[in-house]
Amino acid sequence: MKPIPKAIRPYGDTLHDGKVQISFSLPMPSDAHGEAAAKAVAQSMRLVDVAVVEQRSLGKDYSFYVVYGTLTETVDPSTLKVVDHGEKAMRKTDVEAFINEHFQAPLVFIGASTGTDAHTVGIDAIMNMKGIAGHYGLERYEGIEAINLGSQIDNEVLLEKALEVNADVILISQTVTQKDMHIRNLTAFVELLEAEGVRDRFLVIIGGPRINHALAKELGFDAGFGPGKFAFDVASFAVKALAERGVKTR
Amino acid sequence: MHLSLDTQQINQCREYAKKVVAPMMTDLASYSTVTVERTVLRLLGIDGINRFDVPYPNVIIDHLKATGMLEKGAAFAMAHALNDTQLSPQAIAEAVDEGTLDLSRYKTANQPDMTRLLEAFTSIKKRIDQQTALRRSQRQHPRDKAVPDKYVIVATGDIYEDIEQAVSAVENGADIIAVIRTTGQSLLDFVPHGATREGFGGTTATRENFRLMRAALDEAGKRHGRYVQLVNYASGLCMPEIAALGALERLDMMLNDSLYGIIFRDINMQRTLIDQYFSRVLSAYADIIINTGEDNYLTTSDAYEHAHTVIASQFINEQFALKAGMPSRLMGLGHAYEIDPARPDSFILEFAQAQLSRQLFPNAPLKYMPPTKHMKGDIFMGSVQNALFNMVAVMTHQDIHLLGMMTEAIHTPFMSDRALALDNAAYVARATASFSEAFDIKPNGPVEQRAQHVLKEALDLLQVIAEEGLFTTLEKGRFAGIGRGRTQGKGLDGVFRKDSLYTNPVLEHLQDALKEGLR
Ligand code: B12
Repeated sequence: MKPIPKAIRPYGDTLHDGKVQISFSLPMPSDAHGEAAAKAVAQSMRLVDVAVVEQRSLGKDYSFYVVYGTLTETVDPSTLKVVDHGEKAMRKTDVEAFINEHFQAPLVFIGASTGTDAHTVGIDAIMNMKGIAGHYGLERYEGIEAINLGSQIDNEVLLEKALEVNADVILISQTVTQKDMHIRNLTAFVELLEAEGVRDRFLVIIGGPRINHALAKELGFDAGFGPGKFAFDVASFAVKALAERGVKTR
Repeated sequence: MHLSLDTQQINQCREYAKKVVAPMMTDLASYSTVTVERTVLRLLGIDGINRFDVPYPNVIIDHLKATGMLEKGAAFAMAHALNDTQLSPQAIAEAVDEGTLDLSRYKTANQPDMTRLLEAFTSIKKRIDQQTALRRSQRQHPRDKAVPDKYVIVATGDIYEDIEQAVSAVENGADIIAVIRTTGQSLLDFVPHGATREGFGGTTATRENFRLMRAALDEAGKRHGRYVQLVNYASGLCMPEIAALGALERLDMMLNDSLYGIIFRDINMQRTLIDQYFSRVLSAYADIIINTGEDNYLTTSDAYEHAHTVIASQFINEQFALKAGMPSRLMGLGHAYEIDPARPDSFILEFAQAQLSRQLFPNAPLKYMPPTKHMKGDIFMGSVQNALFNMVAVMTHQDIHLLGMMTEAIHTPFMSDRALALDNAAYVARATASFSEAFDIKPNGPVEQRAQHVLKEALDLLQVIAEEGLFTTLEKGRFAGIGRGRTQGKGLDGVFRKDSLYTNPVLEHLQDALKEGLR
């Protein structure tokens, strides 16, 4: 593997040329003044050689711009701290073998798309038999009992059910993110767990199109998974974490 | 352009769909719901909220329920009260709220005289009639236009911001503006009141928001020399109430589909099918085009394998609409361009499906949805997907053309997303204007074969549904793979069996008007 570079800039057609493209709208008419404002916006992002290559009206009070520019700053990727799930995920059969080896009883995963969110495709992709893109869901895993409550499930109901079935892992999906709706709802769940004094009783994992591991950690969850992640990623993380915690272990 | 289809199969589809719908309607005829009764109150002129923000129609219905009067219908107690007190419907509502009037005093077996009640209704109905006449005089019906109507959504959560976005869209060529409802509104068993600025993924549907947007679109339309149509959602737990508000505030189209609510919002099926009937009667009366939601099945199920479920559902929705007295020209049946772009011939397959819908429902203003499920963060590729979709929309003469947003996978549309989408659609329409004169569908070629195959599968499915009944079909999750039980879901507690004295002269009046072709 190549070492992580120490200094880079965006790449157009020549190394370190720093070329970027951006587009945005402004709440002013599309005229010479608008163009000047668009240029100033790009410069405020510390771009140089700014070119407004296209501008158009969005109506009498609004306008749209496509802008190219050059970034002179350099970035050092080698110093960046990247939050990820750790080791490479195990395949389904390896997860099953791991469960068989480490645990004395089936692991119970309970999941839902919570709050007013009615999107189920994401949580179904992780939990249901069929899975997605050729990756089976948790329901198909030997040693895992997967209970999918569906969508529009209140935080309180999810917790109540999780306690009722003695779940080991709680899975939460959030798709609607406008005005940070998902953050509010997820934060409320963590607060609920803490208020009930059961935060440590469960491994709690979240997912959705705008969720990643770093965000999950920041909000107080054990892990987070976004697009391009499948049941085996989640299962693999969960079984290792449960083994570490000594839950149901042999 | 024409597909050769088996007319006998098409007729059989309609026969089966009739068999699916007829027994349901008989089954449900002996029930009513809280929102149906609240609609009656709204159509008598009761509006506004009390000091606890409870809408007056809810105040009355809750009172009737608590006093065991609801089973006779809202009109029963109201007519008695109107005759007895000589107050207006609104004043009665306020008196009930204050506790100065107890409607249970009209717990009698005597049918009230309906004259005063019908007077109140007539004055409200006059406003609906005026709005309908205005629309008729100004709007060209989408089915009569050469190019599909370009439909975009606004969904900022703030009605005043929505207006800015909508007006910009009109300036960039939009024909139809839909205000998407806020997340969670479908599950509210009341209609919120007033102008609102706090929605998520959409904006609250309220009468005041309807009025504000209508006024803004009328003004923008005037500036641009065309009538701009407004859309909202008569769906969820307040279907008929919102249909009534839409008729009063001159909305031109209403999303209206129980099957969507059952499958995607877990609304109880009995509840919503009763509600849907009243809302469709109202929409038929007010000449409002409904939009149905079969396109959504394909956001959950695979669009290639489940294409026929869309066709089957369109046939069923057609029958539900006919039962409510709705002519084909108001049936905006839904379908969508949702086949995985990774599949070879996806364009050919989509073309076949769109042309099939077109030919099966020649008089319906079809609602055609863009790719959504297979839109990803790559907005540039998204633009290309939308262009192909636009081609099918124009070439197969769809009517209500929902424009795809290149940022579909990211956020509810920005102003610029809409403008670029409008340009995309206008360009495609211009570039392919004489497509149907230039090309024919090859007999027995891939388009025709696919269409025939989907039709046959739809027929088989309809036969199964006719045999097992729609409730069972929904239980089994044949649409979108999501199963719902007959007594499961939200809103069942708002369904009640009608008393032998039950009366709903408002509904009867509308039904009669439709029968007599007064509309
Ligand atoms: C399908 C869909 C619908 C369908 C949902 C059907 C169903 N059965 O779920 C229907 C039509 C019902 C729908 C409705 C609405 N939708 Co919608 N919908 C979509 C759409 C097209 C695709 C979403 C999807 O299924 N993706 C596929 C899945 C597999 O991806 P995923 O969820 O990201 O899941 C993956 C990962 O994130 C992860 N994951 C997901 N969950 C979890 C959970 C755990 C525990 C783990 C570990 C991992 C994980 O694993 C999955 C596999 O890799 C998107 C647009 C798009 N192209 O993304 C809009 C979109 C999500 N919808 C949107 C909106 C606004 C709505 C509505 C609120 C509109 C309205 N006002 O009525 C309503 C929902 C109302 C409500 N109460 O929630 C917006 C959200 C905007 C935002 N950023 O907030 C989007 C982005 C569209 C848009 N641009 O406006 N929608």
